[in-house]
Amino acid sequence: MSLLHLAIIAPFLLAVFVPILYKHMKKVHTGWFVLPLPILLFAYFVSFISTTSNKQTVTESFSWISALGIDFTAKVDGLGLLFTLLITGIGALVVLYSIYYLSKDTEKLNTFYVYLLLFMGAMLGVVLSDNLIVLYLFWELTSFSSFLLIGYWYDREKSRYGAQKSMIITVFGGLAMLGGIILLYIMTGTFSITEIIAQSDVILSHPLFVPALLCFLLGAFTKSAQFPFHIWLPDAMEAPTPVSAYLHSATMVKAGIYLVARMSPVFAEHSLWLWLIAGFGLVTLFWGSFSAVKQTDLKSILAFSTVSQLGLIMSLLGIGAAALHFDNIDPALFTVATTAAVFHLINHATFKGSLFMVVGIVDHETGTRDIRKLGGLMNLMPITFTIAIIGAFSMAGLPPFNGFLSKEMFFTGMLSILNMDFNWGILFPVGAWIASVFTFIYSMIIVFKTFTGKYQPEKLEKKPHEAPIGMLISPIILASLVIIFGFFPNILSNSVLEPALQTIMPGFAFDVHIGFWHGFNAELLMTIGVVVVGILLYLTLSKWRSVYGIFPEKLALNRFYDNGLDWMQKGSHSLTNSYMSGSIRNYLAYMFSFIIILLTATLFGKDAFAVNTENVADIGPHEVILASMIAIASVAIMFTKTRITSIILTGTIGYLVSLFFVIFRAPDLALTQLVIETISVSLFLLCFYHLPKKLTDDPVSFKVRNAIIAVGVGAVVTLIALSAHSNKLFDSISQYYIENTYSEAAGGNMVNVILVDFRGFDTMFEITVLGIAALGIYGLIKLRKTGGKKL
Amino acid sequence: MKTNDLILQTATKLILFLIVLFSIYIFFAGHYTPGGGFVGGLLTSGAILLLLLAFDLKMVQNILPFNYLYMVALGLLFAIGTGAGALLFNTPFLTHAFGDIHLPVLGELHLHTATLFDLGVYLVVVGVTMTIIQTIGGDE
Amino acid sequence: MEILMAFIIGILFMSATYLMLSRSIVRIIIGTTVLSHGAHLLILTMGGLKGGSAPLVGENASAYTDPLPQALILTAIVIAFGVTALFLVLGYRSYKELGTDNMEKLRGTEGND
Repeated sequence: MSLLHLAIIAPFLLAVFVPILYKHMKKVHTGWFVLPLPILLFAYFVSFISTTSNKQTVTESFSWISALGIDFTAKVDGLGLLFTLLITGIGALVVLYSIYYLSKDTEKLNTFYVYLLLFMGAMLGVVLSDNLIVLYLFWELTSFSSFLLIGYWYDREKSRYGAQKSMIITVFGGLAMLGGIILLYIMTGTFSITEIIAQSDVILSHPLFVPALLCFLLGAFTKSAQFPFHIWLPDAMEAPTPVSAYLHSATMVKAGIYLVARMSPVFAEHSLWLWLIAGFGLVTLFWGSFSAVKQTDLKSILAFSTVSQLGLIMSLLGIGAAALHFDNIDPALFTVATTAAVFHLINHATFKGSLFMVVGIVDHETGTRDIRKLGGLMNLMPITFTIAIIGAFSMAGLPPFNGFLSKEMFFTGMLSILNMDFNWGILFPVGAWIASVFTFIYSMIIVFKTFTGKYQPEKLEKKPHEAPIGMLISPIILASLVIIFGFFPNILSNSVLEPALQTIMPGFAFDVHIGFWHGFNAELLMTIGVVVVGILLYLTLSKWRSVYGIFPEKLALNRFYDNGLDWMQKGSHSLTNSYMSGSIRNYLAYMFSFIIILLTATLFGKDAFAVNTENVADIGPHEVILASMIAIASVAIMFTKTRITSIILTGTIGYLVSLFFVIFRAPDLALTQLVIETISVSLFLLCFYHLPKKLTDDPVSFKVRNAIIAVGVGAVVTLIALSAHSNKLFDSISQYYIENTYSEAAGGNMVNVILVDFRGFDTMFEITVLGIAALGIYGLIKLRKTGGKKL
Repeated sequence: MKTNDLILQTATKLILFLIVLFSIYIFFAGHYTPGGGFVGGLLTSGAILLLLLAFDLKMVQNILPFNYLYMVALGLLFAIGTGAGALLFNTPFLTHAFGDIHLPVLGELHLHTATLFDLGVYLVVVGVTMTIIQTIGGDE
Repeated sequence: MEILMAFIIGILFMSATYLMLSRSIVRIIIGTTVLSHGAHLLILTMGGLKGGSAPLVGENASAYTDPLPQALILTAIVIAFGVTALFLVLGYRSYKELGTDNMEKLRGTEGND
C-alpha cells in the first residue's frame, strides 16, 4: 500500500465519513468537506508531471489475489496522468459549483456526495490500474455510480428511465470488455497491461485476436456513447447539471477513449482497429452534431454535442492508429491525428464543462432550459453570457480559442487519410466538414437563442438575475483555460501531451508544437467554409428545419431500445407467471419432483445403485420394535386431524430418534436430542392455544398428488441410503480426528473436540444462526404494531 | 382459574438445583465425556423452563432478571473473541491453546481455551432458548 | 441394521414430504421437524452404524464409531431447533393475525403480493 494507492482509495474513505458529517454538521454545506480532497489530489498528481515528462513511469504494486494474477498495480504514465488531472481538476471545480447549485436545505446532499466520491475514486482506479481485472472492477463501478447519480432525483420517472438505460447499455459493454480481458489472458497468460503490450506480437497472430478486439471495442463504444450506443447519453441528462458536466462530458464518457488509447499498442497493428474506430467515430461525429441542431432543450443540445465530440476524438484515434498499420507511409502524417485527439480531449473538457455550467446557471435562474422560452438574457446575466460566448465559440472552432487549434489539427488528421491507398478516403474529410458545419450551428443556437432575441419573462417561472459569485467561479476558471490554452497551447505540449502520446504510441518520437498560423492551407479554407456556410444555415434555420421530420419515428434507435426492453420484460414476466403461482406448496411440489427425477436419473444413469449386505451391523429384537414404532408414528402423523395428536406424535418420533442415538453409540446426540425434544414439545405447548384446533384438510385430488410425490421422495431417499452404505468411494477423514483428538486438542470427547476445535468455524456460524433465529422470533412477537391490526 | 401446583412447585425447588448443577458438570466435562456447551446450555434452559412451568413468567423474571438477547450477544463475543485471540499469537483464527497448571492442595488443573469457546456456545444456547420461550410465553 | 434404517429413513422422508405439501401451516411446521429427523438418521447411517464403541478416548477401545457424522448431526439438531421455533412463531402469529392456517387463503391477492 503506497501513497499512490491511498490517493485512489481516498475518495472511498472520505465517502464513508460524508453521511456522518452531513448528519452532524447540518449548518455547513457538505460540499465544503468534500472540496479539499480533489484539490489535494490534483496537487498530488501535478507533482508527477516532472516524472512523466521525462518519459518515466511510476509503478506501485499491492498484492491482492496473486494466485490468479490479480494484483492492484497502480501505474502513473503520461496517459494516466492526463486523465487523473482531468478527473481531479474538473472534479474540484464541479464540487465547488455544486455547493451553490444544490441547496443544502432541500437536497439529499449526503447521498449526492457519496455517489460523487464513489465515482471519483472509481475513475481514478480505471485510469491508474495496470491490471485489467482491477481496471474492469473500477470500470463497472463508474457505470454503477453514474447510474446512481442519474437517478439522483429518483422520484422523477425520467431519471429512473435514464439511469436504467445508461446502466443496461454500459454494463452490457463492460461485460463484453470482461470477455475481451479473459481472451487476452488466454492469449498471454497475464492481466498486466504492461506485460500484454510486451507480447503484442503473439497476440496479433493469435486466432482469438479479432474476437478480443471486438469485445474491447464494444466496451469502449458503449461507455463513450458511440453510434448506435449513444442513445443513453441524452437520457443521462436527467442527472443534476454538475453531474452532467463531470461524468457525462468531461470524465466518465471519456473512459472509452481512454481504453482505446490504452489498448492501441496491443491492437492498432491490425487494420480492423483502424477502420472500425475511425468509421464509428465519424458516423457518431456526424449523427451527434446533426441531431443536436433539432433539440430544443439546452442540455439535450449539449448531450448530442458531447456524443459528436466523442466521435470526433474517437475517429482521430482511429486515424492515428494508421501510423502503426502502414509501414510505407511517413507515420508523422498520422500521428498528428493522435496529437489532435489528445489535445481536443483536454479542450473539450474545458469548453464543454463551462457550457454545462452555464446551462446549469440558466436553468437555476430561470427555471427552464427550453430555448423556445428563453431569450434576451444577455443584459440580465452578462458574466454568464460572456462565458457562454467563449465556450460556444471554442466549440465551433473559432479563433482565438483552443477549440480552433484542435479543430485545425482535426482537419489535418482527416485530410491525412487521402495519403492512404483507399478509394473512399475522401468521405472522411467531407463528413468531418459537414459535421463541423452542424457543430457551428448548434454552438450558435446555444448562445444566441438563449442570450439574444426577445426576452419573454411571462414564460419563465422565476425572475432571472445574475448567478451568485460562487456559482460563477468554476465556469470562469474553465473559460479562462479555454483562452489560455488558445493563446499558449505549448504549455501543455511538453508537460502533458507528449508523455500521453508516448504512452499511446510507444516507439514514435513526438515533438509537439501547436501554432496558430500555418498559411492559407486547406485546413484554414475548410474553417472559413464552415463559418460561412454555418452562418447562412443558422440564419435560414426555420426554413430547412423540416428536414428532421423526414426521418420516420419508427426507425429511431430509441424506439428500438424501448420496444426491445418492453418485449423482454413482458416475455420474462409471462414466463415467470407461468410457473410462479404464488403458492409455496406448488413450488415445493416442483422441487420435490425435480429431486426425484434428478436423483433417480443420477443413481441409475451412473450405475451407482447397489445393495451390499456385507459389513452391516446386527439387528436386535428391541431395535426392530423401535423401528416399527417410528414407522407407525410417522405414518400416523400424516393422517392426524387435531393439533394435540400431531404434537404428541412429533414428540414420539423425536424421543424414538434419541433412543436410536443411544443404540448407535452416540451419547452426545442422545443427550442433546432428549433435551431438545423436551424443549421443543414445551414450545409447541406454549403455542398450543394459539394454534388452530382442527387442521385444515386438503381435497382428495390434492392429497393423491401429494401422496405420489411423498412416496417418490421416500423411495428415492431409501435407495440413496442403501447405495450410500454400499459405495465407499474413498477413505473417511474421520480417522484423522479419532487419532488426533488427544494429541492435538487435548480432549477426550471426539464429538465435542470436533465441534469446538477442529471444526470450530461451523460451530461459530451455527450459534450465529441460532442468534439470528432468536432475533427473528423476538422481532415477530415484540416489534409489531400494537393492537394486532387486521391486515 | 386457580390451580393447585403445590407438588410441582415443591419438587421444582429441589430438582431445579440438581439440573443446574448437572448442566454445569456436563458443560465442563464435555471435553472428555459426553456433554459440552450445547447440552449444558439446553439443560440449563430446561431447568429454567421447569421453573416457568411451576411458577409464572413474572416471578421467574424477578428471580433471573437477565436480558437474554444480551446473553446471546455476549456468547457470540466469547466465541469470536476466543477465535480472534489466536490472531494475536500469529496463529490462524480459532487455534486453541492448552496447558496444565499445578495448584497447591487442589492438584493438577488442566486449562484449555476451547472451554472459553464452549462457554460462548453455552451462553448463546441458553440465551436463544430463553429468548424464544420468554417472548412466546410473554405474548399476551 | 443399515438396510432397516434405510427404510425407516425413507418412511420419515415420505411422511415429511407429505406433511410439507399440505395446506395446513401446522402440518408444514411438523413436516420440517420430521424431515430433520430423517436427515439426521441418514447422515448417521451413511457413516456406518455400530462400528465400535462410543467416540470417547477414555473408552480405550480398538475401534470407535465415526465421530464426524455425530458432530455434524449435533450442529444440525440445534439448527433444526432454531428453525422449528422460528416457523412455529411465524405460524401462530399468522394464524392469530389472519385467522386461518390454510396456506391457500394466506396467498397474496392480485396486486397485493
